[in-house]
Amino acid sequence: MNTDTDNTEAVTTRTITYRQALNETLRAELEHDEKVFLIGEEIGVFEGSYKITAGLLEDFGPDRVLDAPIAEEGFVGAALGAAMLGMRPVVEIMTINFSLIAIDQIVNHAAKMRSMFAGQVSIPLVIRMPGGGGQQLAATHSQNLEVWYAHIPGLKVVAPSTPADAKALLTAAIRDDDPVIFLENLSLYSAKGEVPDGEQIAEIGKAAVVKTGIDLTIVSYSRGTTTALEVANQLEAEGLSIEVVDLRSLRPLDRDTICASVKKTGHAVVFEDDWLSYGIGAEISATIGEGVFDFLDAPVRRVAAAEVPLPYAKSLERAALPSAADLARVVREVLNLAPATATSNDK
Amino acid sequence: MATKARTRAKQVDAQGGDPAGTLRDYYEQMSLVRAFELRSGEMYARAKIGGYCHLNLGEEATVVGLMAAIEARDYLFTGYRDHGYALLRGLSPERVMAELFGKTTGVSGGRGGSMHLFDAETRLFGGYGIVGGQIPPATGAALALKYQESAGPDAAAVMCLLGDGTTNIGAFHESLNLAGLWKLPIVYVIVNNGLGMGTTVEKASAEPELYKRAASYRMPGLRVDGDDVLAVRDAARDALQQARESRQPVLLEVMCYRLRGHSVVDPARYRSPEDTTIAQQSDPVPSFRAELIASGVLSEADATAIDEAADARVTEAVTFAEESPEPDPDDLFAYVYATAVANAPSALPGEPVMDAL
Repeated sequence: MNTDTDNTEAVTTRTITYRQALNETLRAELEHDEKVFLIGEEIGVFEGSYKITAGLLEDFGPDRVLDAPIAEEGFVGAALGAAMLGMRPVVEIMTINFSLIAIDQIVNHAAKMRSMFAGQVSIPLVIRMPGGGGQQLAATHSQNLEVWYAHIPGLKVVAPSTPADAKALLTAAIRDDDPVIFLENLSLYSAKGEVPDGEQIAEIGKAAVVKTGIDLTIVSYSRGTTTALEVANQLEAEGLSIEVVDLRSLRPLDRDTICASVKKTGHAVVFEDDWLSYGIGAEISATIGEGVFDFLDAPVRRVAAAEVPLPYAKSLERAALPSAADLARVVREVLNLAPATATSNDK
Repeated sequence: MATKARTRAKQVDAQGGDPAGTLRDYYEQMSLVRAFELRSGEMYARAKIGGYCHLNLGEEATVVGLMAAIEARDYLFTGYRDHGYALLRGLSPERVMAELFGKTTGVSGGRGGSMHLFDAETRLFGGYGIVGGQIPPATGAALALKYQESAGPDAAAVMCLLGDGTTNIGAFHESLNLAGLWKLPIVYVIVNNGLGMGTTVEKASAEPELYKRAASYRMPGLRVDGDDVLAVRDAARDALQQARESRQPVLLEVMCYRLRGHSVVDPARYRSPEDTTIAQQSDPVPSFRAELIASGVLSEADATAIDEAADARVTEAVTFAEESPEPDPDDLFAYVYATAVANAPSALPGEPVMDAL
């Protein structure tokens, strides 16, 4: 089953939050397969730092919803070892920032084992973690480190932007036999969206055109896609036709969908929450350059975070993070349009 | 180096509980590991083996004792000094040597090399090249066993081997804490050869009596003479029994000597002449051999025949490894993912990453 294909049968939907979609999916997968268990800091009694696991300890007990001490390297590695013996652990790391403490287990071990041992072992492991700035959490707690993982062969990295994708990609990740880094975003947890009922399984490795248009392509993912849609809709009111590609999967990267879109529009802007240099946008730009150079009418531009450890003060934080206004401004620049009025350029 | 603590505490009592056949088996195994490792060093010098190559020379009694204690149903995780364990776990010398040679017939298909021997069938769950990298997954394997089966004499357990230098990294402490907290069926074995590369235990560990670290995690910690194959076996067997029957993790420290450098390219100039002398005097292979001859378990001719058979076995392994095919570059991406995924990268260096649109 695949949410990318048309469902012929009518599917009922409900409007729920991204948080609720994750919670319901974890519940459904715990029910679906007894090999699935959850492990992480404060996911049981405390119900998760962001309440994603609310109610699950109560319903599934402490063996299926396992509170771990503050020992990311230890419990991520333990989940990996359990996966080697056929369990299907779903790890919650409180935020992506803390995953750096576990990075040896993720990069040097989880990503390597299947290849290094010639396919004798599979690692059905999911590591869920939110990234994102904008909450005044300062430099160490506001990072978008997706390229750290998207760079690594052997991992799969997904970053859903909607509640529906949160459900379908999480289901796919849990049923996948490889280590999947599942990137959430602090600013998306309360976002609402239509979510189809019943089992929904996305195809990892596929991007989606979430809005069609003919003048310019915005490529984004996770929180950025919601901003991209907001900007596209705003510009549409001004007569511009913007296409939005939601990457959904950062590894593998669906280069064909990106290039097919830019081939049509001739213009591309990448909107990314990570830092500019060596970021997601660098990879997308290179992809577009290699794939559809002849169709480009302007250089690809990137709207990314300012390259600074993110400060606490609101004024500085706001200045550093890529905003809708930044994106709208760059879209106009790429299309050679006059800047918007000063008020709409305010952050 | 605390040499006094490392000298042998007791001699093998060949007249004791172990049948002569068992002792003979142990000597055969020690002799095989010795022959295999000497030949590995030689093959490395002849550039048949690449990368890093760490040998069990001097640790044979430890290797044999631990592998005599572990059951087929148990899972074994080790560091990178893993050849002897793979051999005694039941993998043929051919497949182990072929792995060192980087051939398709190797235990890890030639993709792992010396440090990454893996065999799902015999539950040798790796060979890991990163110091301490094996400890969290081994702990998680024990967690899975807790989900999958009940405690009891027939339950499986995990044996996780690590070196003395490994006891200073975070993964060691985090994992032992988890095992103690969750009561996991695992035995952590510190193979203490006194040196983490060139650094002595005393220079690396504030508490050089490493087994005492178990106290922090409410698990038994004990130290055993690693040159005494029977003592190692009995201590490991008892620890595994606690793990499988009572879900009581154990920390076992096995004291042995590394006969040579850290890896085959290390001349070990940092070692004192005294330490080298003690290591040579403690060499478990000739001493076990002499003991078995003295106690009448083996004749000199028997022992010589065993050594020659081990050497011949290793010669067969080298021939097999040399004649085996190298992995085909067409299979480069064969094992990256277990579940097929859209748009999986498959470009070789310089190839286009996508079809031109």
